[in-house]
Order: sequence, then structure tokens, then C-alpha cells
Amino acid sequence: MSIPITFIEQGQIWSFPGGIHPPERKQLSNTTPISTLPLASEFYVPLRQHSGEPGELLVSVGDPVLKGQALSAPGLNNALPVHAPTSGTIIAIEPRTIAHPSGLPDTVVVIATDGRDQAVQPQPLPLGSDRVKLIDALRQAGIAGLGGAGFPTAQKLALQRPLEYLIINGVECEPYISADDRLMREYASEILRGTEILLHISGAPKALIALEDNKPDAIDAFKRVLPKYPAMSLRVVPTKYPSGGEKQLIQLLTGRQVPSRGLPIDIGLLMHNVGTAYAVQQAIDEGLPLTQRVVTVTGENVSKPGNYWVPLGTPVAHVLEHAGFTPEKAQKVIMGGPMMGFTLGSLQVPVVKITNCLLVPSSQELAPPRDEMPCIRCGACADVCPAQLLPQQLQWLAKANDYDGLNQQNLFDCIECGACAYVCPSEIPLVHYYRKAKAEIRDIAREKAKSEVARERFEARQQRLEREKEERLERHRQAAEARQQAQQQAVAEGAPNPNDAVQAAIARAKARKAAQAAAAQATEQAAEPKDDNA
Amino acid sequence: MSLVTALIVLGILALIFGLILGFAAIRFKVEADPIVEQIDAILPQTQCGQCGYPGCRPYAQAIANGDAINKCPPGGQATIEKLADLMGVEAIPLDDAHGKEDVKKVAVIREDECIGCTKCIQACPVDAILGAAKQMHTVIAHECTGCDLCVEPCPVDCIDMVPLPVRPDNWRWDLKQIPIEVRE
Repeated sequence: MSIPITFIEQGQIWSFPGGIHPPERKQLSNTTPISTLPLASEFYVPLRQHSGEPGELLVSVGDPVLKGQALSAPGLNNALPVHAPTSGTIIAIEPRTIAHPSGLPDTVVVIATDGRDQAVQPQPLPLGSDRVKLIDALRQAGIAGLGGAGFPTAQKLALQRPLEYLIINGVECEPYISADDRLMREYASEILRGTEILLHISGAPKALIALEDNKPDAIDAFKRVLPKYPAMSLRVVPTKYPSGGEKQLIQLLTGRQVPSRGLPIDIGLLMHNVGTAYAVQQAIDEGLPLTQRVVTVTGENVSKPGNYWVPLGTPVAHVLEHAGFTPEKAQKVIMGGPMMGFTLGSLQVPVVKITNCLLVPSSQELAPPRDEMPCIRCGACADVCPAQLLPQQLQWLAKANDYDGLNQQNLFDCIECGACAYVCPSEIPLVHYYRKAKAEIRDIAREKAKSEVARERFEARQQRLEREKEERLERHRQAAEARQQAQQQAVAEGAPNPNDAVQAAIARAKARKAAQAAAAQATEQAAEPKDDNA
Repeated sequence: MSLVTALIVLGILALIFGLILGFAAIRFKVEADPIVEQIDAILPQTQCGQCGYPGCRPYAQAIANGDAINKCPPGGQATIEKLADLMGVEAIPLDDAHGKEDVKKVAVIREDECIGCTKCIQACPVDAILGAAKQMHTVIAHECTGCDLCVEPCPVDCIDMVPLPVRPDNWRWDLKQIPIEVRE
């Protein structure tokens, strides 16, 4: 909070350490308006498209659905619903490959399109509605951060902390991608209206709209609409990767640093993507849930690169087919950009809420990864790291599985931007090592939490067994006492004392033993003279 | 004379410090043996008994009393290293006599074969099996520690130990490398 707010108001732009200038290649896709695609014959809608738990399934196989109908309900733990992207019939609910780097299956609702594209009745809300009601409407609309991380927007807004600025992120710094650029050029007034709604819900007094200076048309589009909204101002940042990272953009616009492992809200800031602002406007003003998004389809191996409105759940193969896909040998299709995206194992995976780009590069423009060579300790990675970490050090620690060391070196402040791997002369896939180590550390933490639960359950069970044993012994003792008392009472009332019977039995037994002993002695004495004779 | 003074002064000091220590011993008493707590926190809490003790805590007690630190197969080498670190001894390889390190597993009851005998319920150290006499039993998967103890008592052998499935959220980034290069 050391930076006075007056400098921010004056529009000063700070800078962040490191960063790179990769070739932008945005002209491939940003010259044509956003177009629509014909409907696919089948849609694959994964239940989990955001960061958090999947919602609770509301439909079953055979159900007819309408466009915009909720397929799942928000449940516990940040769960967001998903909606049918078009009308049709549900033909399967089963595990299928989803858009994830692992290529592993997850639950997917398969919808066979009926072609009519009938929608449910939209239910817009007036902006004057209760804050809680508006946040719930955003949750029901299934809105997750469309910038890439997919964090539930409603949950981000539900935190009530004092805010100074809402930042709308239209920086889009990754090469090739132009989805936000086109959206801003064509829907600037909707985005600003969405920003107004976000301001209203979050309680922030002012908003900053941030763009990179390589998007002059989008800047002009905003300049035309901005006079209507006095609480918002435009900030143009110089083109550098990764200026669009949340922490980096905050540093650029306010000179403040988000604390390690902290959130922007800790320093009075809140950030949303322009795509999210548009989705918020659609959800509140039009009552439309999130069922489509703008996806950049680009690369040298599509003949019609550009931006498309893609219904969520559309198979990637369908999108590419309509973009003029001409695959080459061992064609790679990347979801996301060249820096942070991942290669798809199958083209049958669906486009989801966080899919901003489908990149189909030729082998000339994006070379296949070459073999990793030994680190020469040049330090180029540390120069470009926007988080001021030590990538080389992290790499050694990750290779040695030294998780405590990685935590000490603040591995979790790494935003996985890939700048270090981009400049590495030894072609070391550094980010891959970090992701692996992060997954490992998260796994260890999960195991730890689980073992804590197991310990509690074990101890609770031990206590229960102990208690039950004591109770059993107590019951036995009481039963014995009761028996004795009943007996004594019976004896007092004149019944034969069972103790007498026992005593009598003991006496009889003693007498018998004595008799036996006497008899044995007698025979022994009788036998003795014979022995003497012998 | 000075000798007597010195003795008296030292005696008084000893008395004062003794009182302070005595007071501290009562006032700041630590209930349990903290080293046992620390060892127990490192052990995986599978409660499987493969170490030869009836649960993780008894083994922690035994380690504190000088038993070997390499008797815990579910914890594996990582646990041995942490224990070695804590106890200030050399890390040694896992003792094969107690079992081999294996992937994490979870018990699954083949429900149509279950006869409802409750034997597995009694064997489960963490109460992760649900059921009643002559009713079908089932394992609460997320509470199961994969200790194996329910497999043996089952009279109809209807319990399988299956490895935990790899899902997108617990995947460890070990299949493919991500492309990271842009070329003109």
C-alpha cells in the first residue's frame, strides 16, 4: 500500500521485472470479425470446466434438453453448473477424454443435437437487485474466469473486503491469441456494462480497463464508449509477455505487489477478464447462462484462421473442420497459446470455458521440442522471470525432489508463464519440472490431510472400543451383583441357600477323596509284606 | 569466613534456582512425550500393522524407545528419510520382512457377493466400512487407508484392493511434455 493512489489516478504505468518479447503472430487471426460455426451433431459437455468441484448432475440419459438448460446444479466447494449449449437429447453420461493436459477421462454429458437450437426462457435481473441475488445469478449462470484459470466468478465476488480498484484485464499478452482483442473491438459497450455490474456487486469505487498497446482498434472502441462511465478509465501497457498475468498487471497498473501466496484482494484489488465482464453482462442483462465463448483458431495449418463463437462442448475436430484444417504429418493441436497451452491427445475433446485458443501450427512455425541438454548456468532464465524467482535453482531442487527447498524458493509464486523455458539455450522444459513438483507437493499435502483424518478416526475407534469394553465389564459386574442380591433375598425368604448346596457338594467331594485315599493306603499296606518276601 | 559466606550464597542461589525449576516443572508440564507425537505425525496413519505394532501410534512409541525406523512399507523411503532426519540417525532401506512399498490402494467390496458377516467392519482400524449383520457392506472410499486388514477376515473373499485411479485433479504431469517454443 506504499504507492499513493494519486499516481495511480494520474495513469502512471509501472513495470515488472523480467518478461520476454516473443513474435506476436496475432495478425493471423485478428483481422476478421468473430464468426459463428454451424452446430456440431454431438456436444460433449464435461461437468467440470472450472477450478473446483463439479456440480451435481440434474439430468439423465434420454432427457430432452433446451439451450441454456442447466445440466448440473451448483453444489458444495465452489461447484459451478454447466448448461446445454443447444437443444437436443442426452444420449450418454460417461467418462470421456476432456480438455486437460493429462488426456484423462472425466464425466461428460453427451448431447445429440436436434438442430432447432431452442432456448429456455431467459431471466434477466435488474441491476438494482440485491447483491446476494446478483452473485447467485452469476453462479447459476456458470460463469468462471474466462482468462484461463477458470476460477468461479461468483466466489471471487463473494469475498467482502474493502476494494480500491476493479481491474478489467484485456491485455491478452500470449502470442497468436486474439479472442479478447476481437471481443473488445466488437462488444466494447457490453464489456463496459459488464464492468459496471461488477463494480456494483464488488463495491469497488473505480475500474481500470487494461490493454496492451498492440491493440489500437480495441483501444479506440473503448474510447468511444468510455465517456458514458465516469468511474472507469483506460490504461494502455507496453507490449511484453506476460503483462496479462494477474500479478504482473497489478504491478504495471498500481506499482503494488501481491504478497506471496496472497490474493489481489489482500491489497484492495480485484481482477476480471474482459470475456468474464461480457459473460456477466449477458447473464444479468439478458439472463443468458454461459454456453458459448470466443475461441481463436489460428496457426499456419488452418486456411481460415480467425475468431469464432463456439458453443461450449463443441468437439475440437468440428471447429477445426470449419476453419479449414489441413493436417500435416504428426500434426500437433494446442489448446491455449504457444507459451502456456498444452497439446491435445485427441481431437474429440470439447471446447470448454477456459479454452481461449486452438493453435494448429506447421512444423516450421513451432518446432517440436528438442532433447534436453545440460544446464550451462547462464542465468538467462532468472533475468526473464516475471516473479523474480530463481528458475535454475528451482530446476535443481525439482529434479532432486527437494520439496522443502522448493517451498523455501517460493515455487508456488511461479505463474508457469514459460518465459524461462523460452529463453533457455539448453532447451530444458523448466515449466514441466515445476508443474510436476507442484503436483507432487499438492499430493503430499493431500495425503497429509488424509492421514490426519485417518489418525482421528483411528483414535476415535480406539476410544470407542475401550468404552465398549468398560461398559461390557460394568454390565457383567452389575448382573453378577443383581444375581447375588436376588439369591440373598431368596435365602432370607426361606429358599434353600445355593451356597449350602455348593458347600455340601464340596464336603461330599472331600469325603470321597478322603475315602479314596484311605482305600489306596489300605491296598498299599496290604501289598507291602509281599515285597518284603521277594 | 569468606568460605562460609560463599557456601551460604551458593546454597541460597541453589535453593532459588531449585524453586524456579520446580515451579516450572509443574506450571509448564508437557503431558505427552513430544517426540512420540512428532514421529506419529510423520507416519502415514494407515494403521495397517505391517510394522508389527497395532497401529501407527504404538510404532511411534516403539521408535521413540529405540526400534528401527524402516518397518513402515506404506510410508516407504520418504517416511524413513523424514524419520531419520527427526531421530538424527542414518536413513536405511525399507525392511523387506515387513512388506514392500506399493502404490496407494483402496479396498472395494464386490457387493453382490457380500454375505453381511461384519467381519471386515470389525477389522477396519478407521471405521471406513459401512454395513450391518446380514446387510450388504460397502467401503467409504475416501476414508479407506488401504491397510489391507479387511481382506484376510472376509470368508467369501469379496474384497479387492484396487489402486487409486489417476484423475485429472491428482495427475502428476508425467505423461507428455508441453511445447514451449515459438519460432519465426
